[in-house]
Amino acid sequence: MAVHDKLTLPVSRRHFLIGASLTGAGLVIGLQPSPSSAAAEAFEPNAFIRIPADGKVVFVMPSVEMGQGIYTSVAMLLAEELEVSLDQVELEHAPADPTRYANPLLGDQITGGSIAIRAVYEPMRKAGAAARIMLVNAAARGWGVGPETCSAEAGHVVHAASGRRAAYGSLIQAAAAEAVPQEMPLKPASSFKLIGHSVRRLDSPEKVNGTAKFGIDARPEGVSYAAIAICPHFGGKLRAVEDGPARAVKGVKQVVRIEDAVAVVADNTGAARKGLAALAIEWEPGPNGTLSLLDLEKRAEEAIGGNALTHINEGDVAKAATEHGPALEFVYRLPILTHSAMEPMNCTLHVRSDGCDVWVGTQVMGRAREAVADVTGLPLEKVVVHNHLLGGGFGRRLDVDGIILAAKIANQVDGPVKVTWSREEDIRHDCYRYLNYSKVTATLGADGMPVSWRHRVIGPAVMARWLPAFTRDGIDLDIMAGAETPYAIPNKYTDFVRHEAPEGMLTGNWRGVGATRNLPAIEGGIDELAHAAGVDPLEYRRRLLQHKPRLLAALDLAAEKAGWATALPAGKGRGIALSEDFGSFAAMISEVSVGEDGSLKTERIICAVDCGQVINPDTVEAQIQSGIIYGLSAALYGRITVQNGAVVEGNFDDSPVLRINETPKIEVHIVPSSEAPGGIGEVGTPGVAPSLLNAIFVATGKRLRSLPIDHNELRRA
Amino acid sequence: MTYDLLVNGKKYVVDVDGDIPLLWVLRDTIGLTGTKFGCGIAMCGACTVQVDGVPVRSCVVPVAEAAAKPITTIEAIGETAEGARVQKAWLDIDVVQCGYCQSGQIMSATAFLAANPSPTDEDIDAVMAGNICRCGTYPRIRAAIKLAAAGR
Ligand code: FES
Ligand code: FES
Repeated sequence: MAVHDKLTLPVSRRHFLIGASLTGAGLVIGLQPSPSSAAAEAFEPNAFIRIPADGKVVFVMPSVEMGQGIYTSVAMLLAEELEVSLDQVELEHAPADPTRYANPLLGDQITGGSIAIRAVYEPMRKAGAAARIMLVNAAARGWGVGPETCSAEAGHVVHAASGRRAAYGSLIQAAAAEAVPQEMPLKPASSFKLIGHSVRRLDSPEKVNGTAKFGIDARPEGVSYAAIAICPHFGGKLRAVEDGPARAVKGVKQVVRIEDAVAVVADNTGAARKGLAALAIEWEPGPNGTLSLLDLEKRAEEAIGGNALTHINEGDVAKAATEHGPALEFVYRLPILTHSAMEPMNCTLHVRSDGCDVWVGTQVMGRAREAVADVTGLPLEKVVVHNHLLGGGFGRRLDVDGIILAAKIANQVDGPVKVTWSREEDIRHDCYRYLNYSKVTATLGADGMPVSWRHRVIGPAVMARWLPAFTRDGIDLDIMAGAETPYAIPNKYTDFVRHEAPEGMLTGNWRGVGATRNLPAIEGGIDELAHAAGVDPLEYRRRLLQHKPRLLAALDLAAEKAGWATALPAGKGRGIALSEDFGSFAAMISEVSVGEDGSLKTERIICAVDCGQVINPDTVEAQIQSGIIYGLSAALYGRITVQNGAVVEGNFDDSPVLRINETPKIEVHIVPSSEAPGGIGEVGTPGVAPSLLNAIFVATGKRLRSLPIDHNELRRA
Repeated sequence: MTYDLLVNGKKYVVDVDGDIPLLWVLRDTIGLTGTKFGCGIAMCGACTVQVDGVPVRSCVVPVAEAAAKPITTIEAIGETAEGARVQKAWLDIDVVQCGYCQSGQIMSATAFLAANPSPTDEDIDAVMAGNICRCGTYPRIRAAIKLAAAGR
């Protein structure tokens, strides 16, 4: 199945689509018909479905596909109610048009936060149902029978009594004249043919034969290729560049200077990179030119005692702490992380006086378009963004810094230019998951159970710039996600100290967002309390979760599958971490062995997950595996260091990521549920680090509270 | 200077410096974009192609060295029996996620299976450790390679 860019369609179709889009303004989700569709070559009952006279039904994808399987899941929802089989459909990327394709929960055309399925579960089914009802009504009217005597199956309307059948394609003119149904009753779960059943991903075939098109694969007619060097010092600038030798490189056409970067434009990326290497560049290091990681860590340390904003205040922690005690206190420290998506940052643009085309894979279609309009000074409607498959997102492609940079370069280039970052630029100019410290103070009652829990979160307020609606009185609600813990503790107090990275160092969203920041302290912390109380950590959590049946059920299933009750030999350990976020509930148990020399082996990771109504069970398994491996990679290796105000690491040699030979056995168990669907793309990540830390404690008696895991600290000999 | 490249059975004459990595000539000059760029230093495997039947990291192979030798990329690997079997196993197991690393994974797996028709888990890990997947499709890559091996 090829995924098409709408704008490669013939011109007549393009006009038709533009006409249809005008009717969508202001609606949260475009379930309105196109008034012009009666006369058109296809029936377009809403923004997501287009049924031509012949050939495949087209589904337009409101979210972007970055590996999470959303194209297949959304197609399943549409197909389920439209009554077509998946081999009767093809998929198309939506254009940048938030009026029709905004995520209803985010209010913008954004794919992130594991929120797509939660947002579109009903709307997509309704979109499919509306189209089906119109087709059935059209057929019934033509046959002179009641619509209730007709049914729909596999792309046909059927009148069983008379044996008549009509393909959807034959009904498109008539269906377009039907009234849009106001009521769209949806199928009960018991009649689902697709939802809840494992189906193959629709994007697999093109991804195994090399024909899938990612942003980096865009090759518009006449494109040239740029390699870039961005000022390595955060907040620094370009001082001077000697470009004679670069210009002499065969294939090099142009050297472009912008405020904080240089680009070499050539007739292939190899020549551009060769030219870039030949440049003699002088950078102005700027205000951060002497900063090192030690400085940044010291600042974060100081921020622990800084001004804090109260987030949650339940009961009376101060009173509880004086009545009980002594207090247990621990600080968890998380490093700076990159996203390191497999597809390095890139963006192709063609800036002209009358408009601009942009070829890119982005999680923020609307913002991408606005950013380019801004840089080029073109009116928004003159900027056309052609979205592509994303070679990984993980939060990196929620920001448009790379698009802005490419637009500034393209502004100075005649014809289309593709700007491809090297891996080194990708690592040294990420929107980092910045330093995140957590201080937990807890007191236990006479029975060993916690009576008070204080959690102070120290980190940047990414939402303040990225989604201000997700802040409250200066508190970044995302960074606080889950800080309240799922546990029944009578007195709770959480607060937030805003602590930003130095000017010029971008910080952003990272897979698992708030939960990955807070879970090490929460799940490590509760484990510490259990051990202090001398209670088995599973039992301890169970006692505190009696009011959380879904989380408890996931915990019990994971414990059973992990064989929690069976003893492990010396040097081995199991650790638990629970998470409740993204509308899903997950229990993770890691099993590790630690050698005398401190060598750590992750033997296996078990995850039981309740994500409500499952759309595609195979995708749930794949996404949990994926999230776990991403989290494991970070727990073992993720750490960026800074010297002279610049990131030291640059590629997979000094910034390693998990490889297949280090990948443990991973088991995913789904807790059956008919609750509303939860997100799944990020659910696997947050629990990995804390479950490992807890397992390491059992194996070695050593309580690690910082990441990544330091083998030297595990050495026993 | 110009070089004759023999890619997927087709001849191309390219006019580039001889030290330009094969990767960029394939992607930009010839337009075969199935081969991917991930690191540029032979650390990730995304750019794997076969030259003379041997898997190589095209990001570090100068085009001059690949000239006049048969080069096979992901676009044509399905025409070999081994490649077709691996692609089918990839579909049966539904390995891919974002898909960006998968051209390289399949090129590595195909060459590997040709040399070692019934690999153990350790064999798979040892060879495939050269290919990074940030989406974490590793468990399914193992399963798919075993399936492809069993299907011979
Ligand atoms: S791009 Fe060649 S090995 Fe990474
Ligand atoms: S499938 Fe995304 S990097 Fe491997």
